Amino acid sequence: MGAAEGQRDRIGAKYGMWFFLFTEILFFGGMFILYAVYRSKYPAEFHASAGEENLLLGSINTAVLLTSSLFMAVAISAVKKGSYRLSVVFQAATILMGLAFLAIKAVEWYEKVARGIYPNSPVLDKMKMGEILFFGLYYVMTGIHGVHVFIGVCVISFMVYFTLTGNVTQENYSKIENTGLYWHFVDIVWIYLFPLFYLIT
Amino acid sequence: MEEITAQYESFYHEKGRYKGILSWLMSTDHKRIGIQYLCALLAFFSIGVLLGLLMRLNLIMPGKIIGQETYNRVFSVHGIVMIFLFIIPGIPVAFGNFFLPIMIGARDVAFPRLNRFTWWTYLAGATLVVISLFAAGGAPDTGWTFYAPYSIRAKANITLAVAGVFVLGFSSILTGINFVTTIHRLRAPGVTWQNLPLFVWTLYATGWVQLLATPVLAITLIFIILGRVFGVGFFDPAKGGDPILYEHLFWTYSHPAVYIMILPAMGIISEVIPVFARKKIFGYRAVVYSALGIASVGYFVWGHHMFTSGMSDTARIIFSFITFLVAVPTGVKIFNWVGTLYKASIVGNAPMYFALTFIFLFSIGGLTGLIIGSLEPNLHLHGTYFIVAHFHYVMFGGVGFAILAGLHYWFPKMSGRMYEERPAKIGWFILFVGFNVLYFSMFILGYEGMPRRYFDYPPRYFTLHLVSTIGSWILAMGLAIIAGNLLSALFRGPKAPADPWGGRTLEWTIPSPPPAENFAETPVVRD
Repeated sequence: MGAAEGQRDRIGAKYGMWFFLFTEILFFGGMFILYAVYRSKYPAEFHASAGEENLLLGSINTAVLLTSSLFMAVAISAVKKGSYRLSVVFQAATILMGLAFLAIKAVEWYEKVARGIYPNSPVLDKMKMGEILFFGLYYVMTGIHGVHVFIGVCVISFMVYFTLTGNVTQENYSKIENTGLYWHFVDIVWIYLFPLFYLIT
Repeated sequence: MEEITAQYESFYHEKGRYKGILSWLMSTDHKRIGIQYLCALLAFFSIGVLLGLLMRLNLIMPGKIIGQETYNRVFSVHGIVMIFLFIIPGIPVAFGNFFLPIMIGARDVAFPRLNRFTWWTYLAGATLVVISLFAAGGAPDTGWTFYAPYSIRAKANITLAVAGVFVLGFSSILTGINFVTTIHRLRAPGVTWQNLPLFVWTLYATGWVQLLATPVLAITLIFIILGRVFGVGFFDPAKGGDPILYEHLFWTYSHPAVYIMILPAMGIISEVIPVFARKKIFGYRAVVYSALGIASVGYFVWGHHMFTSGMSDTARIIFSFITFLVAVPTGVKIFNWVGTLYKASIVGNAPMYFALTFIFLFSIGGLTGLIIGSLEPNLHLHGTYFIVAHFHYVMFGGVGFAILAGLHYWFPKMSGRMYEERPAKIGWFILFVGFNVLYFSMFILGYEGMPRRYFDYPPRYFTLHLVSTIGSWILAMGLAIIAGNLLSALFRGPKAPADPWGGRTLEWTIPSPPPAENFAETPVVRD
């Protein structure tokens, strides 16, 4: 009925995606502000708590997510060149990397929960205030980031379907291109989360 | 005009694939979506008004009608409904949806299916809020601001209400994205940034504020939910958290939200006044730049809600100064509207009455804003009825009257029928009198020290409370007359011509009500 179905506006779609990413930056910005305020209030306790994080798993996860971003970029280039099967392979690889990221994250969370460190737990509530806040922020920020990864995995799954059914093509690729923007954004957020929670010891 | 009023199919007739209610809910037509929003908004406004009347009634006989706990819930729900369900989505989703594409010569918004999704999201958010009112546990009693740590410990259904507001915020963000992209991408040939209708300009500025402020509210509300459900204590002093940080994050959104409400209202006024003054707007550029100025400076004044919460003097002085700065572009607009009226051939139709009242009431609201924006008076007046009076003058006297102006101005275009002038003006007069009796007495009450949100008070405040409550009855009568007049016009009004007012924007070049595709051919605008 409207313009979107009559003629496609690739630039318009991209505008929309970028505006959405602005709002995502501000959404995560709220959390980064909390982090900034509480870290400046309890610097020593934040540094001490960061030592409790599993640096090895965190580093592996960083590598996993960065590589997934590369795969996503390759998948988009493949669509633009018309190699749809190659694109599907790389999209599937991106999805697998995303799931691997979530699985490793789950292991990390499980490890902590097993030691009794989770919000409102008797163990955590006995710790110092800075530590309570650090682990609270850790769960909230990586949790909400994880939700974003999960949404990304779902959206890329749709893109696989669209590529297979000819809905995403060489001429009409703005859907997958915008999905790629979102995926890179999620990746960038992790690039900030990683040092703030793992490397500040 | 003769040939276009001949036979054609209006958008009410073109139903698409679905029948009955689904032809509305499943529609991607911006006009159908706008009409649905308008109905929902007016329904929630009516609920809000009834709750307000109940509060006023309690205040002349505390304890006789409702108990203290109930009173807390009533004023909280009044605020939540009026702010999150009515006035923040308000003008953009109803009038913006209907008229933005038409005014720029487009067939629809940039993302019609996203627009439909946005409407569903609004419905979902509204449903959550409504459930929170009736579910076991009771309606929220925190006030509309959900201040922590009380909102984290309160027994009432805060989680549901906050989740509802979160979903509504998501809807608001998507509207902003859709409108900003539409204005960038879908302007017809000849519609430039230099001759864009002023209502569209204000929607553009509003869209940016929605984009840049709403996500901050979203994450803050998530902190509340996480605090209640998982015991994450970001705002709980017992766990190292800082409740004042909640206030900062909340007002980082909620002050710009004031501009989400008022900017499109100013847009309506900037459309109505030139049409009924039979003149071009005085200082088009000044009106545009002042809208952008309000939108950008308004982002940095949130601290003036927290002068008594605990902040350094440096911060308070800076926030106070920037607050005064916002008054400058606002004043520019007032002078432009008044300048447009100077030596004009003014036609006194109902929309114009509401628009002129907007200028008067909004000026009172704005100027009292300066009184409480300066530090010393603020310490005395903070948390009193003076604040209540101030923001009702801005929100109701400003935005509310602008909505009524827009409703009367665009009624013929939206419904295809004309309303009667006389009852509209009688309703306007009664509303105007009732409004001032109701809220001006609150200025005096607040100045004399009556705190807001109190269920009961010492006897010396009784007389003014009585006056205010009588005002609320007069106001309700005015609203009833206005609503009755428009409703009867909907069924019995004579058919409206394409351009009943002599308007110059594109919506008046097409039949009333518009055909589904808006324009038979893409219009070309020449200066």
